[in-house]
Amino acid sequence: MKRYQQMFNRLTSEGRGAFVPFVTVGDPTAELSFEIIKTLIDAGADALELGIPFSDPIADGPTIQGANIRALAAGVTPAISFDIIHKIRAYNATIPIGLLLYSNLVMARGIDDFYAKAAAAGVDSVLIADVPLHESKLFRQSAAKHDIAPIFIVPPNVDDDDLRQIASYGRGYTYLLSRAGVTGAETVATMPTSELIARIRSYNPAPPLLGFGISTPAHVKDAIQSGAAGAISGSAIVKLIEQHQNEPATLLAQLKQFVSSMKAAT
Amino acid sequence: MSELKLNPYFGQYGGMFVPQLLVPALKQLEQAYVDALEDPAFHAEFQQLLTEYAGRPTPLTLCRNISPNPLVKIYLKREDLLHGGAHKTNQVLGQALLTKRMGKKEVIAETGAGQHGVATALACALLGLKCRIYMGAKDIERQQPNVFRMKLMGATVIPVTSGSGTLKDAVNEAMRDWSATYDSTHYMLGTAAGPHPFPTIVRDFQKMIGEEAKQQILKAEGKLPDAVIACVGGGSNAIGMFADFIAEEGVKLIGVEPGGKGINTHQHGAALSTGSYGILHGAYTAIMQTSDGQIEESYSISAGLDYPAVGPQHTHLQQIGRAEYVAINDDEALAAFQQLAKSEGIIPALESSHALAYALKLAAQATEPTVLLVNLSGRGDKDLAHVHSVLAGASL
Repeated sequence: MKRYQQMFNRLTSEGRGAFVPFVTVGDPTAELSFEIIKTLIDAGADALELGIPFSDPIADGPTIQGANIRALAAGVTPAISFDIIHKIRAYNATIPIGLLLYSNLVMARGIDDFYAKAAAAGVDSVLIADVPLHESKLFRQSAAKHDIAPIFIVPPNVDDDDLRQIASYGRGYTYLLSRAGVTGAETVATMPTSELIARIRSYNPAPPLLGFGISTPAHVKDAIQSGAAGAISGSAIVKLIEQHQNEPATLLAQLKQFVSSMKAAT
Repeated sequence: MSELKLNPYFGQYGGMFVPQLLVPALKQLEQAYVDALEDPAFHAEFQQLLTEYAGRPTPLTLCRNISPNPLVKIYLKREDLLHGGAHKTNQVLGQALLTKRMGKKEVIAETGAGQHGVATALACALLGLKCRIYMGAKDIERQQPNVFRMKLMGATVIPVTSGSGTLKDAVNEAMRDWSATYDSTHYMLGTAAGPHPFPTIVRDFQKMIGEEAKQQILKAEGKLPDAVIACVGGGSNAIGMFADFIAEEGVKLIGVEPGGKGINTHQHGAALSTGSYGILHGAYTAIMQTSDGQIEESYSISAGLDYPAVGPQHTHLQQIGRAEYVAINDDEALAAFQQLAKSEGIIPALESSHALAYALKLAAQATEPTVLLVNLSGRGDKDLAHVHSVLAGASL
């Protein structure tokens, strides 16, 4: 959990924002996924947001659904996902690693067991896409017990009471939604006004990272200029995996180039 | 955000496990429902639609020929005679009125057998709402007549090819759509499952089934039935039938799940028979899943029961021992389907055939006078082509 704090401190001193790529662990295979995530780090990712493949990802559009399907078809389980994350942590000791997943995977063998495994693998934060604030108590308690930051989503329709709770419960960073809908580069980000981000920041939550529809360096730049502490990009990266899954060398080269260009915009 | 007005849980089951983005839309729906309950004009309009448009009350029919045991009387609650061909029309009219009260002009819905889609389409045609319906590609194939009905009534039917191409995947797509469109659009969920407040609203808009049946059977028999039997997919016809009997402790409540090719085969949809709990589509409830928590694909000959979870109140009723849940497999349901047609001149939906099949089993074993009340939740016209192909070659 401290890794987020250290990252934001470093970025503040550099006068820059964070670029955080998202991929589904195990997409397209466990082996290639490890190489992909290493490439993201080497190309300049400030933190990682990682999905664990799930059969019914209701908050995801077709691109990330595809990533889940590929990983599941390759036999990637939560246990294999944690093995991969463990290896990533061994590869890089300082980069913040966040999980973004669905509640049934957390429930399957018990909530506390899940957070214990995440902590052991070197995970810093957990965002559960289908657990809103008022259902989050048991998850928050286990997160705190294992020193993992619970991440909450600030949707565009957020009200003041929710902002207050998000500021009080959230740690690590705050996931700011650029727009309604599901994940995907098909619908581009709608930049929140600097007034909205200022309003959010007035509650003093963990630093807000803007996600959903972030697919170009211009989006990253705009997000940071609007007052976000950085931007998260998933579907644009997963699209590259989808396109080049059978040509690993090309895939890794393209990912490197994409992440570098996105980071350069911070 | 304001607190919830109604309890989202049934015992430990239920809840509102959805992306934060959808919470305001669910709270808005809950508020609209609470307000409507206090508004006599809402009740009057709902009642009028049910009576003058949908054809309530539906009759209670005492079977003349099908009971295998002279000690046993089998009564059918005839939701098959409701406009639209199944119980689904009841709650859809209620939700359509809520949609208008919320000032929303569009509706999305998921459908399995197509009955909820048909009901949604007719309510939207009647009340001037625009609707789009998500339906699994596999279900579209086995329920062609209902697809055509929906289109005739002006609905857009959107095929869902992801996952197993059945009801579960149609719900996923409907929820994805809703997360982008909740400002203008109501998600008209078709069963007493999903996130709060749907399990409560759908039950309350279906509970006239049991209320009517109770009065009708009291009139016919002078006493309550020994058991009330209904099929359970998501569980709306069953909870509608059970609700008014829950407090009547002498009445057994029996939910019949789709046993498919057998509950030991993995090819079934009997979530409550698996004893496994988790979160699917917004509720903590009985679900079919792997040990890792991946949702399993359900299977049933009947598209309307082909769903790997169940409404949370059923899970609660099972846990507290108030209701019993059993499974009937494809072959047994098919046999009951044909038997009702032959002996009573009624072609039931394959879904309802599961409930009837279990009633026939119980009847055969009875050793004392017994009155069974079966919810005949829908008619079988939509299943004719499918059953015809399954029975191809068999002598009728």
